[in-house]
Amino acid sequence: MPENETLEYRVAIREAIAAEMERDETVVFFGEDVAIAGGVFAVTPGLYERFGDRVIDTPISELAMSAGAFGAAVTGLRPIFEIMFADFLLLAMDSLVNQAAKYWYVSNEQASCPLVVRSAMGAGGNFGAMHSQSPLPWLQGVPGLKVVAPATAGDAKALLRQSIRDDNPVAFLEHKRLYSVKDPVDANAPEVLPLGEAAVVREGTDVTLVSISKGVRDCLRAADELSEKGVSAEVVDVRSLRPLDTGTILASVAKTNRVVVVEEGPLVGGWGANALGIIAAEGLHDLDDAWVVACPETPIPYSPTLEDAYMPAEGKIVREVENRLCLAAEIATGV
Amino acid sequence: MSDTDTTRSKAPGAEIDAAGARELYRRMRLIRTFEDTVQSQFQKGNVHGTTHLYSGQEASGVGVCSMLRDGDKVAATYRGHGHSIAHGVSPQKLMDEMLGRATGACGGRAGSMNVVDQENGLIGCFGIVGGSIGAATGAALSQKLLGTGNVAVAFFGDGTSNQAYFHESLNWAQIEKLPVVFVCENNLYMEFTPIENVTAGAIGSRPLAMGIHYQQVDGNDVFAVREAAGEAIEHARSGAGPAFLETMTYRFVGHSRSDPGKYRKPGELDEWKKRDPLILGRRALEERYGIDPGRCDQIDAEVAKELEEIVERGLASPFPDPESDGKEFKDA
Repeated sequence: MPENETLEYRVAIREAIAAEMERDETVVFFGEDVAIAGGVFAVTPGLYERFGDRVIDTPISELAMSAGAFGAAVTGLRPIFEIMFADFLLLAMDSLVNQAAKYWYVSNEQASCPLVVRSAMGAGGNFGAMHSQSPLPWLQGVPGLKVVAPATAGDAKALLRQSIRDDNPVAFLEHKRLYSVKDPVDANAPEVLPLGEAAVVREGTDVTLVSISKGVRDCLRAADELSEKGVSAEVVDVRSLRPLDTGTILASVAKTNRVVVVEEGPLVGGWGANALGIIAAEGLHDLDDAWVVACPETPIPYSPTLEDAYMPAEGKIVREVENRLCLAAEIATGV
Repeated sequence: MSDTDTTRSKAPGAEIDAAGARELYRRMRLIRTFEDTVQSQFQKGNVHGTTHLYSGQEASGVGVCSMLRDGDKVAATYRGHGHSIAHGVSPQKLMDEMLGRATGACGGRAGSMNVVDQENGLIGCFGIVGGSIGAATGAALSQKLLGTGNVAVAFFGDGTSNQAYFHESLNWAQIEKLPVVFVCENNLYMEFTPIENVTAGAIGSRPLAMGIHYQQVDGNDVFAVREAAGEAIEHARSGAGPAFLETMTYRFVGHSRSDPGKYRKPGELDEWKKRDPLILGRRALEERYGIDPGRCDQIDAEVAKELEEIVERGLASPFPDPESDGKEFKDA
């Protein structure tokens, strides 16, 4: 495929930031090593050269960054800031959760807080327990904070552009195993995508696989494998965990009657278990089976053999779907 | 602590006429009476949760805010009633907020510790120690990049000097030369604990180590605070970077409503009460402006009546309606 017909995920992020900085002079971008060095994941080279003092290298001060973005956002700027690894978001949480997320509501809607925090999340790179976590469930339970995690380069670009335009604080999580993927470019793709809308990215009839970010790509590969085994899997990319588009999930479940939520993280306290709760509460009569493929309840290990086993990869998804569907078939046929 | 006369700076605009001086006194009295009223309404069950009163520290907030311009931003703390009033928040709306009414500054959603008044430049009072420092630093980033010519002020207490917000934000503000003024109101206690028991070295040595413009001032003398604040604000506004003002003061009440203040050293409170900002204010009005103490009595009586009326109106105002409560997000 010619080079100009694909888009690399990291380039999509860069282009989204550049396009919005071009479009709106109040958009600024800061983070550790993001300006002169262009970011540790090489996502942002060239932005400093292009936008000058609107792109700022910060000290290693996640809390000051987060609060600085908050203070700037409620006084006229639209800041984007980068937390290098999503694990470090914990250092930024007071401002993000207690200041930014609450501002619109607690101020009685005097002013909104239009900021975006971008961060690289996820395991699979042998970075160890403190550089591999997916903070989605930590963030999902915070009213006032939108949580977005795109699976493809195209979605990354359109969702980030919309996140920057959104008047609310948005946590935008980029799986670090996605930075180097290249996706086909759809010339007719819209400039922005609304936040909080899930997408059915593959149609099927036997089971619905629900995931987000890299998990969606794992589900698509699993669906390919399942198809060879005669199982038709539908794949839903929720794209955003807050707001959560339960309508699209429930509609799919109504069609397939079986749902598997695939989450890179522990089962207990996860967003998958929460989604399952909502599905059960609102769609119980459509359900024949429902479960979560998640990770062990341990910190994320370093060694490749341990980390590989930790991940909810497509093989695990296929095995679980096969096992539960076969079991169901055996029970139904009395074998 | 320095006497007024020895800490005087030559900041432009700190001179004030008799009417202005009376207004400084009135504003301090308004805060004191407001806080007394919050306390009594709390005891009557009309103010809920908890409160952290500013009584005794009025000269700091009033002195600093009296030197600000329209458009300047203020970030305050959970002890923020005084800063709010000093920066122009309507005492009626503030009291209504304390009373949990729909007519409050935040419609009853915020309460005592989290008041926001964007129209008056109060970007927020922050319920968690240190939040004001980070927020004001961000607001200063806005002012710099948008070229507004405005400054942001963070009020915070001595205990905050041990918070991550303090160290991270001071450093970043100085590196970026942000127009922010850090006002540390040193009331000698981190909640219940003497600040020296939990703080290594002098607080002022910390901004000084970062090369930040620093000044310590008698925080109970509103005129001294005004002059020092004028210099600090001018420094920040000029583009020279942040300034740090440490106002030495004392709170006359407990940390919060449940604190009787048993940790105070014997006689300490009485000594500080001799230097009550209102007593010092009255003395300065008489000595410098020839204003008769009777005029101050008159102001006191006016303010007392004003607060009575404020409470009466507040108690007659409706509570917010849960049925019409808002949403978590601002719609597109």
